[in-house]
Amino acid sequence: MAELIVYGVVLGSIIALGAIGLTLVYGILRFANFAHGDLMTAGAYVSLFLVTGLFPWFGIPDTTFGSLSFGWRMAFAFPIAMACVAAASIFFDRILYRPLRLKGSGSVILAISALGASFIIRMIVLILWGGDYHFYRPGVLRPAIILPLEIKIRPDQILILITVLSLVVFLYLFLKRTKMGKAMRATADNMELARVSGIDTERVIIWTWGIGGALAGAGGILYGIDVQLHPGMGWHFLLPLFAATILGGIGNMYGALVGALVMGVAQQVSTAYLLPTYKPAVAFIIMILILLVRPQGIFGGGRA
Amino acid sequence: MDIGGLIAYLVSLAIMAGIFAVFALGLNIQWGYTGLFNIGIAGFFCIGAYTSAMITTPMPTGLYAQYVHQIFGLNLPFIFGLLGAALVCGFIAYLIGYPTLQLREDYLAIATIGIAETFRLIFNNEQWLANGPRGLMGLPQPLQGLVEARHYNYIYLVVVLAVMVVIYLSIERVIRSPWGRVLRAIREDEIASAMSGKDIFRFKMQSLIFGSMIMGVGGALYAHYTKAISPDVFTPLYGTFIIWVMLMAGGSGNNKGAVLGAFVIWGIWIGTKFLTDLLPYTLKARAPYIRFLIIGILLEIILIYRPRGLIGEEKRISKMID
Repeated sequence: MAELIVYGVVLGSIIALGAIGLTLVYGILRFANFAHGDLMTAGAYVSLFLVTGLFPWFGIPDTTFGSLSFGWRMAFAFPIAMACVAAASIFFDRILYRPLRLKGSGSVILAISALGASFIIRMIVLILWGGDYHFYRPGVLRPAIILPLEIKIRPDQILILITVLSLVVFLYLFLKRTKMGKAMRATADNMELARVSGIDTERVIIWTWGIGGALAGAGGILYGIDVQLHPGMGWHFLLPLFAATILGGIGNMYGALVGALVMGVAQQVSTAYLLPTYKPAVAFIIMILILLVRPQGIFGGGRA
Repeated sequence: MDIGGLIAYLVSLAIMAGIFAVFALGLNIQWGYTGLFNIGIAGFFCIGAYTSAMITTPMPTGLYAQYVHQIFGLNLPFIFGLLGAALVCGFIAYLIGYPTLQLREDYLAIATIGIAETFRLIFNNEQWLANGPRGLMGLPQPLQGLVEARHYNYIYLVVVLAVMVVIYLSIERVIRSPWGRVLRAIREDEIASAMSGKDIFRFKMQSLIFGSMIMGVGGALYAHYTKAISPDVFTPLYGTFIIWVMLMAGGSGNNKGAVLGAFVIWGIWIGTKFLTDLLPYTLKARAPYIRFLIIGILLEIILIYRPRGLIGEEKRISKMID
C-alpha cells in the first residue's frame, strides 16, 4: 500500500502539470479546454520524434545518465518539445478560439471547438505514428531502488518528482514576481477590470496558452518516460485533469496541485481492488462525489 | 457496380444516416433547444444498444452458454428492445443530471464524458455482464421472415425511417408547446426564466432525459442493424463527435437541420472513404484517421464561418403569431 501511495504521488505530479495549465486556462479564458489532455499527448510524441528520429540523425549519443533510462537526447528534447506544444497551443488559440472570442461566442461553443481541436491533435498523432504503444527506449531494463517499507522506486520516478517540483516553483515565482505574472492573476480575477487598468489582455491570453501548453507537454513526456506513449493517453488523462481542477476550485493553481495529487493517489490505490483499466472511472466517481458534496472545490472561491 | 448493387449500397447508407439522424434529434432537444452540453452521447448509444440486445435475445443455453455470458436475456420482440433502451437511458440521464444540472453548464459535459468512458470500460472488462470485449452477436431483426435475407435492408430502412419520423413529429409537437417554449427561454436566459417562476432544474432534467431516451432508441436501432455489438464501437469519435458535427452542420435548434445534417455529414464521411481509397497502399491503414481529421477540420470551419449551420433555427415557431 505504501508503494501504491508513492506511485500515486508520481502519477499525481504528472496530472498536476496538466491540471495547473487547465485551471489557468479555465480561470482566465473561462472555458473548458477539452483539448488539454491531447496537448499532453502532443508533447510526448514531439519528444518521441526528437529522441528517436531527429537527434540520432544529428549524432547525439544514445547514452544514459547513470541509472536513469534516458540521456542527452531526452535532456535536449524535453525543453524543445515543451516549446513546441506551447507554440501549438498559441497557434490553436489564434486560428480557432480567438475568432470565436471576437464574435462573442459563448463558453460552450469554445468548448466544442476545443473538443474538435482535441480530435484533430489525436488524428494527426495517429496518422504520423499509428495506434501502437511506443517507448522512448524500448526494452531497457529499469532497475528500482528499494526504500524503507519495501517501496520500490525507479530513479526515473524520483527525477519526475524533482522535475515537476521545480516547474511548479518556477511557475509560482513567475506568477508572484514578474509583471506578466501579476497581469495574469489580475486578468483571472476580472478580465474587464484588468483591461481598463491598461493590461494587454490579448498578451496575457497568449502567455496563458504558452504556459499551459508547455506544462501539459512536459506532463505528457514525463508520463511517456514513466509508463509508455499511446495516442489515447491524453484522452484518458482528461477525466483526472478535470477532477483535479474541480476538486481544487477552478482557477486555483494550488488547489489543482493538491487535487492532482489526490487523484493520482486515489487512482493508484484503486488498482489494489479494481482492474487498472478502471483508473479513469475512479477519477470520474470521485469527481461526481465532489460535485455532490462541494461543487466549488476544496479551496474554491465560490465561482462554481 | 451494377444498378442493383448501387441501390443496395444507397439503402445501407440511408439506414446509417437515419440512425444517426435519431441521435442528432436527441441531441437537438438537449443542445439545440435547451443548451445542455452533452458530450457523452456514446454512453447512451452504448447503453441503448446493449439494453435492446439483451431484451431481444434469449439467454444462451447449452454449449453456447460457456462462450457467451450475459446478465439477462428476455427474448422479447424488437419493440420492447426500443422501449427498454429508452427507459434505461432515461434513468441513467437522471442519475447524471442530478449532481450536474444545478451547476455551471460545462460540468454536465465533463460528467457525460465520464459516464461514456465508464460504461465502455465496464462493458469491456466485465465478462459476466455482456460478454466483455467480444460483445454480443446474432441479434434478431424485426419482420425478418418477410423477404429474402439479401433484400432485408429495404425493410429495415422503412423501420428506421418510420421511427425517425415518429420521433421527429413528437419533438416538433412538444417543442411548440408551452413546455418547449420554456426550454428555449432557459437556453436564452436562465435567470429571466427562473424569475418568471419556472423550475429551471426540473425543465433541464426533463429535457436531458427526453433527449437521452431518444439516443437510447438510436442505439437500439444501430444494434439490430449490425446484429453484432462490442464495446469498441462506442468510442468518443464514432459515438459522440460525429453526431455533434451533424447537428452543428445541419443547424442546431432546428429538427429539419438535425436530420439534414445527419444525412449530409454521413454522406461526406462515406465520400471521404472513396477519397482515401486513392491513397498509396502504405497509407491505407491510416485512412480512417485522415477521414476523421477531415471531419474535425470541417467542424472548426462550421463553428467559425457558419455557426447557424445549413438551415439554422427558425425565427418563428408558431403559426399563431406573425
